[in-house]
Amino acid sequence: MSITNGFAQHRFGRRNVLRGMLGGGAVTVGLPLLDRFLNSNGTAFADGKALPACFGTWLWGLGCDPGHWEPKVAGTKYEFGTQMAALQPFRDDTNLFIGLKVYLDSHAAAPHNAGWIGCTTGSPAPPSFASIDTIVADTIGTRTRFKSLEVACDGTKTSVSRKGATANASENSPAALYARVFGPEFKDPNAAEFTPDIGDIMRKSSLSAITEQRQELMKKLGAADRAGVDQYFTSIRELEKQLEIMLERPAPLEACAIPAKGDEAPPGYIIDDATTNNKLFARILAHALACGQTNVINVLFSEPLSNLRRAGSSMTYHMYTHEEAIDTSVGYQIEADRFRRQCFAALADLLGTLKGFKEGPGTLLDRMLIVGFTDVGYAKTHGVDNMPMLTFGKAGGRLKTGYAIDAKGDTVARVGLTVQQALGVRTSTWGTESNTTGRPFAELMNA
Amino acid sequence: MVLRWRAAAIVALGALTVLGSGPAGSASEAETSAVMGPGPLVQRRLSPEQYRQIISDVFGPFITFGGRFEPDVREGGLLAIGSGKVGITAKGMEEYDGMARNIAGQVVSEKNRGTLIPCTPADAKTADNACATKFLGQAGRLLFRRPLTDGELRAQVRVANDAATLSKNFYTGLGVSLAVMLEAPQFLFHMQTSEPDPSSKGQYRLDAYSKASQLSFFLWNSSPDDELLTAAEKGELSTQKGLTRQVDRLLTSPRLEGGVRAFFVDMLGYDTFINLSKDAQIYPNFTAPVTRDAQEQTLLTILDVVLQQRGDYRDVFTTRRTFLTPVLGSIYGVKLPKTSPNSVADPWRAYEYAEGDPRSGILTHASFVALHSHPGRSSPTLRGKALRQFVLCQRVPDPPGNVDFTVIQDTNNPNFKTARERVTAHMTTPACAGCHKLMDPMGLSLENFDGGGGFRKIENGANIDTSGELDGKKFTDSVGLGRAVHDNPSAASCLVNRVSTYALGRTVTRGEAAWVSDLQKTFATVGYRIPDLLRKVALSDELYRVSAP
Repeated sequence: MSITNGFAQHRFGRRNVLRGMLGGGAVTVGLPLLDRFLNSNGTAFADGKALPACFGTWLWGLGCDPGHWEPKVAGTKYEFGTQMAALQPFRDDTNLFIGLKVYLDSHAAAPHNAGWIGCTTGSPAPPSFASIDTIVADTIGTRTRFKSLEVACDGTKTSVSRKGATANASENSPAALYARVFGPEFKDPNAAEFTPDIGDIMRKSSLSAITEQRQELMKKLGAADRAGVDQYFTSIRELEKQLEIMLERPAPLEACAIPAKGDEAPPGYIIDDATTNNKLFARILAHALACGQTNVINVLFSEPLSNLRRAGSSMTYHMYTHEEAIDTSVGYQIEADRFRRQCFAALADLLGTLKGFKEGPGTLLDRMLIVGFTDVGYAKTHGVDNMPMLTFGKAGGRLKTGYAIDAKGDTVARVGLTVQQALGVRTSTWGTESNTTGRPFAELMNA
Repeated sequence: MVLRWRAAAIVALGALTVLGSGPAGSASEAETSAVMGPGPLVQRRLSPEQYRQIISDVFGPFITFGGRFEPDVREGGLLAIGSGKVGITAKGMEEYDGMARNIAGQVVSEKNRGTLIPCTPADAKTADNACATKFLGQAGRLLFRRPLTDGELRAQVRVANDAATLSKNFYTGLGVSLAVMLEAPQFLFHMQTSEPDPSSKGQYRLDAYSKASQLSFFLWNSSPDDELLTAAEKGELSTQKGLTRQVDRLLTSPRLEGGVRAFFVDMLGYDTFINLSKDAQIYPNFTAPVTRDAQEQTLLTILDVVLQQRGDYRDVFTTRRTFLTPVLGSIYGVKLPKTSPNSVADPWRAYEYAEGDPRSGILTHASFVALHSHPGRSSPTLRGKALRQFVLCQRVPDPPGNVDFTVIQDTNNPNFKTARERVTAHMTTPACAGCHKLMDPMGLSLENFDGGGGFRKIENGANIDTSGELDGKKFTDSVGLGRAVHDNPSAASCLVNRVSTYALGRTVTRGEAAWVSDLQKTFATVGYRIPDLLRKVALSDELYRVSAP
């Protein structure tokens, strides 16, 4: 028996709950948002406030082969190179950046790390780690049940999402993600009735026994010890906020529906299984976004140093990038190329799923901004020049799409800065050392 | 020390000091802090195993866990050091919250409350201050590893009473409060506090309760039991006699095995087993039970050498005696008839390989040769790297950036039939050779073992050459490798380094280097016997000295 499960048997009416709270004297609960309803066309709440912009990251391992992913010309109306051909149907929802690099300065070129860390933090070796999703989530993810959701399709718990020393571990099982988001604690925003759960009320109230100690405990800690415990208290606050939100009547959301459960593939490195689970994750995450459960998602198709492989093969994707001979007739490694194309096909699955959610005249993808990035420019040499990066979605109308832009050797941090400004993060510069930039891709920003 | 008042029946390191013994080119893995005096207080997050062990110790082994723990971080070669650097993320807190409610629900359930709660409320439909105070005070002492302060206890009882009033159920209220306790930082972190050391003016030491925790997590991988907390309460841990009595008690307890096991799980990097998978078509016998049993085989072998036989630690690299199950036997080619029903795991059986058999020492176990291989083939490089990293405490640098691997392309090349031929290409390429010479020659001597741990003599039709070298010592096969590791001074010094930093939960300072050096000498003097080393560490002032706040 779980403590709150014990209450599942007798749900309390709102009136009773309020009476009970007054009797208990120690419990407070925010008033439900009774007045929040969608407008008639489904693009905004009744008070005219637009549906929130959402953010996502999508990481694939081992970059691309130079000359085989870039369009022949920049601008609009471009065609992706062969390795990214699966993205062609989404060209008008995409911005593709070529010629970006991670400036290493005096830092070691940590293979398979410097690249993705550069893309997510604006530095190959950040003095204090705060990945871009955590920065964005502090702005757009504070009023949702989950500040962010992380998934890994390759069976690992690896995640690029990190603030401080501890990474936000990924969910590697679609079934587990489903249970987490759409399990008993899910409150359907479109349900006719809403009753706060008395177990949630007690949980929220009881956490004050912990938060009240914060000041006294922190006083006892040295500066070096504070970071971990400080993160703990921040997480307790997040838990409190999560409970606050669960105690409020959620606003109805047109596109929200509880998804059906799917049959997941065994979490692991087999790329066909990763592809299956990517599809399931895409569906659950899209529903979670459409149902207002989170505004930030992080999808890892594989670890940066990708161990994806095919059943029955002794070689992994990573091993192919180093050990497979270049086929001189095409100019790239044939097997590694097959993996890469499959990665982009999986990305197309996610984009197609998001685009399939209609919200008024637009789609869920329209109010998203997803950054696609990787760990190396060219895996064969661990190079971090010409890092392929992409963005998808219009961030709720704040970003133009459909462009291929040649950054001509600029830092990857320019993409991160553009993303932050498009999503309302108040910052004028981003990155460290030679990656520091104050130049977003202004040509993509809508006024 | 199970929290059970009515039914007592239910139970309750870097080569920093490899100082010059590492081979040229290999970097010392653990760092030494530049601090000249003792190190700082460390606030360590409980490891998953410690969390489970404490709950089992306090409430009983029947409690189940429904959640996932935050991933640990390895620093200075150990998760135990990384645990002092990490916090808890929002998702991690969600998981701890779910687990806490689940555990608390089991404790206050109708089934268990009679044995786990030391009192009965006057009216189960409302709050009962006295009973809540009694239970929460007693449970809190074991969970927080010290008595609760008056303020803490008041806050916990208030939560219990409020929730009992709201729910009209005393036990629900108690459960809500217990869940909060299980989510508190005082439970989830080993929170150390210091006090001035009366015997050394201006110096600081852990206070008595922090000292008790330092000791019990080191030797038992769990929180202090009632007797140790009582000794702390009475000031006995501040006297040499009192401390010695407790150390000897902990060392002779059956729970020492759990502590030593946890140390080796950390030292040997067994956390990576979670991501181990083998290709089912290439290694059809390498199933989930094999993964489970592989690490257990090595742990049982180590425990047999170092605890049951009180032997020389270095013998773990040469012993032919081990423990097997039928599923492991299928990997090793040892026929062990299954004696239990299909749904029940077979008991472990002691097994000794014949003299000269290549399976000698833990480096030939599947827990090493399969763990440090690719999913579908062996890897002399990964094995050599793991040997340097986990056994000799030496760090092999990362491969350089912008290196062209063309020279070793084409695994289908008929000239590259064996792993030796493939990695030789690495070792003859200047950009690669520096590091690969530190790894490959040792790994190649294990090439008789494929990526799934099975034995083979031939690869792609070519005979396998298992000759190798470790720091200038040449050998012809895996038996020779085991002997070379046994005799390599880095193996023993690595163990001492790991034990000392594991106990401290941080890297040693420069000021503590002399202590570690002394431990190295002691370890040799006592015949490399681990229990003697543990005793020496546990009785050291250095384990409890801390810098000024």
